[in-house]
Amino acid sequence: MKIKIKDIAHGRSGDKGDAANVGIIAYDDKGYEIIKKHLTEENVKKYFEGVCFGEVKRWEMPNIRALNFLLNNTLGGGGTVSLKHDAQGKTLAAALLRMEIDVD
Amino acid sequence: MKDKIRIASGQGFWGDLIEAPYLQVTKGNIDYLVMDYLAEVTMSILQKQKNKNPNAGYAKDIPPLMKRILPFCVEKKIKVITNGGGVNPEACANEIFNVARELGINNLKIAVILGDDIRTRIDSLVNEGHPLKNMETGEPVDRIKDKLLSANVYFGAFPIVEALQKGADIVITGRTTDTGLTLAPMIYEFGWDKKNFDLLAAGTVAGHILECGAQASGGNFLGDWQSVDNFAEIGFPIAEAYPDGSFVITKHENLGGKVSFETVAEQLVYEIGDPKNYITPDCIADFTSIKLQDLGNNRVKVYDIKGFEDTEFYKVSCSYADGYSAVGSLTYSWPQALTKAKAADKILRKRMENLNLKFDEIRTEFVGYNSCHGPLAKEIDEDSINELMMRVAVRSSDYDSVERFGKEIAPLILTGPPAVTGFAGGRPKPSDVVAYWPALLSKKVVTPIVKIMELK
Repeated sequence: MKIKIKDIAHGRSGDKGDAANVGIIAYDDKGYEIIKKHLTEENVKKYFEGVCFGEVKRWEMPNIRALNFLLNNTLGGGGTVSLKHDAQGKTLAAALLRMEIDVD
Repeated sequence: MKDKIRIASGQGFWGDLIEAPYLQVTKGNIDYLVMDYLAEVTMSILQKQKNKNPNAGYAKDIPPLMKRILPFCVEKKIKVITNGGGVNPEACANEIFNVARELGINNLKIAVILGDDIRTRIDSLVNEGHPLKNMETGEPVDRIKDKLLSANVYFGAFPIVEALQKGADIVITGRTTDTGLTLAPMIYEFGWDKKNFDLLAAGTVAGHILECGAQASGGNFLGDWQSVDNFAEIGFPIAEAYPDGSFVITKHENLGGKVSFETVAEQLVYEIGDPKNYITPDCIADFTSIKLQDLGNNRVKVYDIKGFEDTEFYKVSCSYADGYSAVGSLTYSWPQALTKAKAADKILRKRMENLNLKFDEIRTEFVGYNSCHGPLAKEIDEDSINELMMRVAVRSSDYDSVERFGKEIAPLILTGPPAVTGFAGGRPKPSDVVAYWPALLSKKVVTPIVKIMELK
């Protein structure tokens, strides 16, 4: 069955210099297991091809069923240097929630 | 010792909802109002203002705000803590005294925190073996020394604690961590030991939740945002703190917004890196230890937080001039809006190339199509697009190139693809690009100064 990450999680994103921080929070324990399985560093890096030009780092926060990602080299130089409309990566969590995955 | 204090967030950034602090002090009971005004490059803007006028250089919104809230703060004994002093906390305090006199308040103690500004010490610090390397690139500060606009150390909660111990009604700081503003009253009221890092981490987490204003109480909530009550009169978050380090995030009952497990969790993951290593000047907080319990009725308990000893460094935030940029836009309507906008971009680039203009970067985005998610944007059926905005931004160290770019946008209306509009604001003007330089500095070489100013 195909679902979107949005069906099982929400999140928030922002800037840390030229890196974007994307936090994804599952609504329940089952959802947390799914995002842990599907949102690997490798998959997220591939998904953000053409957006993220650096390393993707992931940390687990089981206490709130969340994964935190840092997408390095993503914001066009960051903060005030960036020419991007979304210079602070505010909409990147929404972009990741749009990812489609296959679940049983 | 009090058995509980209520700390209210009044501003999440300079430019936030002006009514928020007024509602926090008038719509219910609070003990402290904390307000964050300083983004990373705000100091450079304030420094420029101070260079022109020695009485400027702080958040200009504060005096008119104090005029509205000071009578309530005096009556209800609410203390105000803010980093809106920018590069001139004393001028800010003097202006608040003027406001107080106008209001007939003649007994007021303001503490200002100074010593964070190290701009004039850069050379001597480098000579003494503090290279202030860029934390992201590793380059030494020498590279940007001549272009430096501001350089400030982030102080933590303890200078504010000292100010409160000295009886301050209002504390105005320069560069201070957002989290320190909230942690300080907890340390002061509950007598927390400066080596009890679990407690310091708890107050730090409370500060992180409050520091972006309504982002913890329903604003920018990417969960079920339509379940958020009355956005128009959104209540900013309040931390109801207890001596054991636990606290409840809530809001005034008679205001809108939403405080739930989800809204608080979203703020917890906002702008963090390694969650086990949330570093402040006061401690290191472990965000994977935080427990949240949704108590219902817009109350979320936060508890069990673990922390570790602080590092031996302060974070330093420098800003420097890094060329010029400008942004121009035009709007194309159906039919073929995207094809026309792309063609216009090509024409514009060709003309700028013919003129031999020099840019470090030219970036074109189509608002309504791909300006948020870039290449992740899904293909769309062009006939269904009603309109699109072409947004072109340029950056260069050459001022003249950026200025000439601004003159090449409007001509596209009469010399390019049809059904185009939206050039109302005049030619885009070059603006200064201010770049950010984060660094670390030994705590041993900087000392915060707490200065008490009294109106008698």
